[in-house]
Amino acid sequence: MNLTDIIKPGNLVYTKPKLLTEKTMHYCPGCSHGVVHRLLAEVIEDLGIEEKTIGISPVGCAVFAYNYIDIDWVEAAHGRAPAVATGISRTNPDKIVFTYQGDGDLASIGAGEIMHACNRGEDIVVIFINNAIYGMTGGQMAPTTLLGQKTATTPNGRDAGRNGYPLKITELIAQLPGTSYVTRQSVQTPAAIRKCKKAITKAFQAALDKKGTSFVEVVSTCSSNWKLTPEKSNEWMEQNMFPFYVPGDLKDSSKSDPESYAPLKN
Amino acid sequence: MGELRLMKGNEVIAEAAIRCGCDGYFGYPITPQSEIMETLMEREPWNETGMVVLQAESEIASINMVYGAAASGKKVMTSSSSPGISLMAEGISYLAGAELPCMIVNVQRGGPGLGTIQPSQADYFQSTKGGGHGDYRLIVLAPSSVQEMNDFVDLAFKLAFKYRNPAMILADGAIGQMMEKVVLADYIPRRTTEELNETCGSWATNGRKSNRHQNIVTSLELNSEKMEANNIRFQEKYARMEAEEVLYEEIQCDDAEYILVAFGSSARICQKSVDMAREEGIKLGLLRPITLFPFPKNPIAALAKRVKGFLVVETNAGQMVEDVQLAVGSGVPVKYFGRMGGIIPGPSEVIEALEQKLIGG
Repeated sequence: MNLTDIIKPGNLVYTKPKLLTEKTMHYCPGCSHGVVHRLLAEVIEDLGIEEKTIGISPVGCAVFAYNYIDIDWVEAAHGRAPAVATGISRTNPDKIVFTYQGDGDLASIGAGEIMHACNRGEDIVVIFINNAIYGMTGGQMAPTTLLGQKTATTPNGRDAGRNGYPLKITELIAQLPGTSYVTRQSVQTPAAIRKCKKAITKAFQAALDKKGTSFVEVVSTCSSNWKLTPEKSNEWMEQNMFPFYVPGDLKDSSKSDPESYAPLKN
Repeated sequence: MGELRLMKGNEVIAEAAIRCGCDGYFGYPITPQSEIMETLMEREPWNETGMVVLQAESEIASINMVYGAAASGKKVMTSSSSPGISLMAEGISYLAGAELPCMIVNVQRGGPGLGTIQPSQADYFQSTKGGGHGDYRLIVLAPSSVQEMNDFVDLAFKLAFKYRNPAMILADGAIGQMMEKVVLADYIPRRTTEELNETCGSWATNGRKSNRHQNIVTSLELNSEKMEANNIRFQEKYARMEAEEVLYEEIQCDDAEYILVAFGSSARICQKSVDMAREEGIKLGLLRPITLFPFPKNPIAALAKRVKGFLVVETNAGQMVEDVQLAVGSGVPVKYFGRMGGIIPGPSEVIEALEQKLIGG
């Protein structure tokens, strides 16, 4: 039997989403970005929203995300993606806007912008890639770097006294009344990938339904800067990151308006 | 003839924005320009024209909201005062680098640092030479009356869209806070989606329709040859602005032996100085640059051929004087007079400086 005998439309069970471009991704082997990009392309295609979805790419390894998913994109300054998304979403309420940000972008330099966009309950989706290290600049400490984790700027391991503590920003985001769906996912196994796709779908559906901000953290690997093989990276992530950044939903509700937030009577 | 009102300069900016079909305002309060956002919130234009008004968490967020909305082809603006504009410098550089149109109002106060809330023109360099990182220019309009605060809103947007470049109205605390009669502009409807797609469809990120390629708004280009080509294209655009968009006013320059050069609130004072000097028999004129970039080099160079000297009057330590010196070259003296710290000189102080630095000197 030849390969051409197997490759027939009738046998096709899985294919590249149409929205993924032909460009070769620049990501390192074992990096989670490629998988998350594919999931995004699938979800946007499944929901049929490619003509009204605008992505905001960050500063970081995913700066070129616009080369890989065939929708409109705006490239933001470092950390400012949630403000850029707010500008588009507010002036184009019929459009779906999402940001795609790494841990340095979202939890360090952009901590202010993400907090306030989520607190305003902007009807946007946030995809947060947390690999506990700066990728593009060459493996420096991230706000989410674990205590004891070695990076280019913590060569002897992150020390709480010198460097402060790893920031559980997703837990903080879940406290904000503007967010409706806050979840932590990963993409290291086929099961995890399927779960993550469900979460991303739910997040985009929430934006379509104007439920406020949806926030999907993806605990991710960075083989190059962790200096591990892709396989060892997955193991390291499961052993070291999952106990601290525990996967699962942190919040699942429609935009809350609890009594403690009742407006003053004028 | 439009509607006649007595209004503050800052209030007029808000009113003019609503009337010219602005799609959105994003800002953060700072003295002496907070009336702009306050007026907008009071007017609730979202009910009237559909214009969005949002108080952001910072100037950094404001300018990035402008960046996002401008990327989608919308006609959007922000306003601030000097320290806030410094915070926006990063975003303004990105807007220029991504070639996006928008309007920025700077109602200047004295600096450096927190400085003072009193009027100043100390942001001339920041506004006209770039302000943020990289080689870029803003179109800079300097109003010297409340009427021009009204007129320049529509003009700034027109120029911003013509060149796909941020345009700035560079006012100061005096122009922002003072009340004058103003003839308000007539209402222009906000652009429809069809109109937006017709004029901005080739670049605006408002959703990739099946009939077009994806639009990407970015200032990033890692290929040096392509990046240099981008830089050259920007510089050609700025040169075109210099060739086509220079605005200035000459007051009693025809027979003048000495010329004052001043913009904005300083030009108002100098206008009075010209009248007073002429009563004393001094043939004095005033050249008022209206566009600070592009700068009116040629009219100044033309005057330099027949006058005895220039006095550049500005409420800073002497910034525009450098551009006047460049335009004049050698041969004719170019002197500076100014006050700082929020002090506005009187017309007679200007004449004293003229007599000391040029006529007597």
